[in-house]
Amino acid sequence: MSVLVDKNTRLICQGFTGKQGTFHSGQAIAYGTNMVGGVTPGKGGNTHLDLPVFNTVQQAVDETRANVTVIYVPAPFCKDAILEAADAGIELIVCITEGVPTLDMLQARLVVKANGARLIGPNCPGIITPGQCKIGIMPGEIHQAGKVGVVSRSGTLTYEAVKQTTDIGFGQSTCIGIGGDPIPGMNFIDCLELFEKDEQTEAILMVGEIGGSAEEEAAEFIQSEVSKPVVAYIAGVTAPKGKRMGHAGAIIAGGKGTAAEKFAALEKAGVATTHSPAEMGATMKQIKLL
Amino acid sequence: MNLHEFQSKALFKDYGLTVPDNQVVSQLDQVDSALKKLGGDRWVIKAQVHAGGRGKAGGVKIVDNKKDAREAVSNMLGQRLVTIQTDAQGQPIDQVLIEKPCDIKRELYLGAVIDRAQQRIVFMASTEGGVEIEKVADKNPEKILKVSINPLTGIQPFQARQLAFGLGLKDDQFKQLAYLLNCLAKLFIEKDLSLIEVNPLVVTKAGDLLCLDAKINIDDNALYRHKDLQALRDITQEDPREVKAGEWDLSYVSLEGNIGCMVNGAGLAMATMDLIKLHGGNPANFLDVGGTADKERVAEAFKIILSDKNVKAVLVNIFGGIVRCDMIAEGIVGAVAEVGIEVPVVVRLEGNHADEGLAILDKSGLKLTTAKGLDQAAKDVVTAAGLKSK
Repeated sequence: MSVLVDKNTRLICQGFTGKQGTFHSGQAIAYGTNMVGGVTPGKGGNTHLDLPVFNTVQQAVDETRANVTVIYVPAPFCKDAILEAADAGIELIVCITEGVPTLDMLQARLVVKANGARLIGPNCPGIITPGQCKIGIMPGEIHQAGKVGVVSRSGTLTYEAVKQTTDIGFGQSTCIGIGGDPIPGMNFIDCLELFEKDEQTEAILMVGEIGGSAEEEAAEFIQSEVSKPVVAYIAGVTAPKGKRMGHAGAIIAGGKGTAAEKFAALEKAGVATTHSPAEMGATMKQIKLL
Repeated sequence: MNLHEFQSKALFKDYGLTVPDNQVVSQLDQVDSALKKLGGDRWVIKAQVHAGGRGKAGGVKIVDNKKDAREAVSNMLGQRLVTIQTDAQGQPIDQVLIEKPCDIKRELYLGAVIDRAQQRIVFMASTEGGVEIEKVADKNPEKILKVSINPLTGIQPFQARQLAFGLGLKDDQFKQLAYLLNCLAKLFIEKDLSLIEVNPLVVTKAGDLLCLDAKINIDDNALYRHKDLQALRDITQEDPREVKAGEWDLSYVSLEGNIGCMVNGAGLAMATMDLIKLHGGNPANFLDVGGTADKERVAEAFKIILSDKNVKAVLVNIFGGIVRCDMIAEGIVGAVAEVGIEVPVVVRLEGNHADEGLAILDKSGLKLTTAKGLDQAAKDVVTAAGLKSK
């Protein structure tokens, strides 16, 4: 078991023949991911990386029964790519691209939800189930199949967390990088819910950042809905308050968003927190597994 | 990206909103003709900077003759304005807005922002306009009315009714607010904004609604599709080192400490700063060197970090995911040689080809310390900066 993706995942790539799509699809295939094709409008009918290229996501789904897509198209085209994937009945859409306009995401995530699909990202490293399926830009070799579910808003800091859980010998069930954008697809709670239900996952490592209130909401959810042990680190204790032009942002935050407040909320929910990014693994090792 | 008040008001006008008659001057000799165009015998003189809190900082003056108007403008142009929202240096005043005053009956607050928790655009209104609205939100949150906009349907008449009744507006003012909300919602969506604030939105003695102040913040990610807005950027209002960093696609924020940081990834960069602090040091900056840290960009990053004369030591922390650490190492060696760095540099490389990278650094003959592990690297750099590591 694992969450969302495994060896049976049938993956396509949107932006398949581009530089990023080509490089990371090559890496995914080398890792053993079950890639079944890709989409580049106008290049349908060709073969790329020994896989079929399609003009539309619908054609790719019809021909390959793909159920997951990874998006590497440039930011101005991401909304369209996400909507196309949702329309074609893709179950899980992983958008790696950074710099997607916020208003595009406000609409896209609603449509994804209405179609019963899930979205990871944008501006994220992707998702990996070690030894089975790598979707995104993370380095495969630092992962190890195991028992920790990792969910993070960051990129390279996720790799740090992963490496530490590998070093202590726990390994990971699935790692999900949900991305650092203001309007992400899946959030902490969505991932916590999946890890709670997953048999392979025995503990959860949550890596948060300052800004927004996703960690505080996750803390409430953990308190009432999560029985598995959770370890958390929040980056940004030393980060200065953002320069701001008006007061509206501060009003809406309602005093939430600092690292101290996030740590406090998580600790109140019984989460084992660490203030050192070098001790995420050590903290995980100390907790009592169920 | 932030806009100046005069730029925001021009956009407001484009979208059919009412703002006071105004003129912008950037030189003293433009004042007389500006006053003549505006007419009347009283004017409001407002310094144009990217910061709030101008009134209390002396950036807003009311004058009732031409001599005083010239003097007020002369006292502002070329100066720097320090407000509660700026740093100690303040922001340069290169433009001054001259406006006709209005007779104020009531001051309301109106704002719109992206609410991350609700994942919606939220409009907020309050009867407590003109004051520090954050304090109102803190002490009397019930005085802030909110409606959230469904991105698929846009703002609806019932939402205008909710806000208008909540503000105690009647008859014609009610209609004016509904119109104003529609215009602002259109502006927010069409121009990809992340914040609009009208504080205060005034009810004049004649009973009309008027946008007395205007703040706009634009989503940087969407600027590519707004050529008109790109032209409105005023880099003199931004930190020169941050601007320079931006030219190289580096994300840099200067801080108060003395340990320079170069890290790949924003989350890891913040985590590295936290760890330095945890070990008794103080970070001098946040710097995300990004995913493609080649020699040129690493060299530029070093130059920007070292342009801060407080920096006593530098920590380079790279977790090579897709980027190969040996290529980064070559970049560091080249950059150190080119820039001629005299402060101690501690380097931690992890991930993709890290061992090869460390070997390159060790063989380079440069005065670099390589550290194994994140914790050790942070301790080493704190010691190198002349502080006692905790």
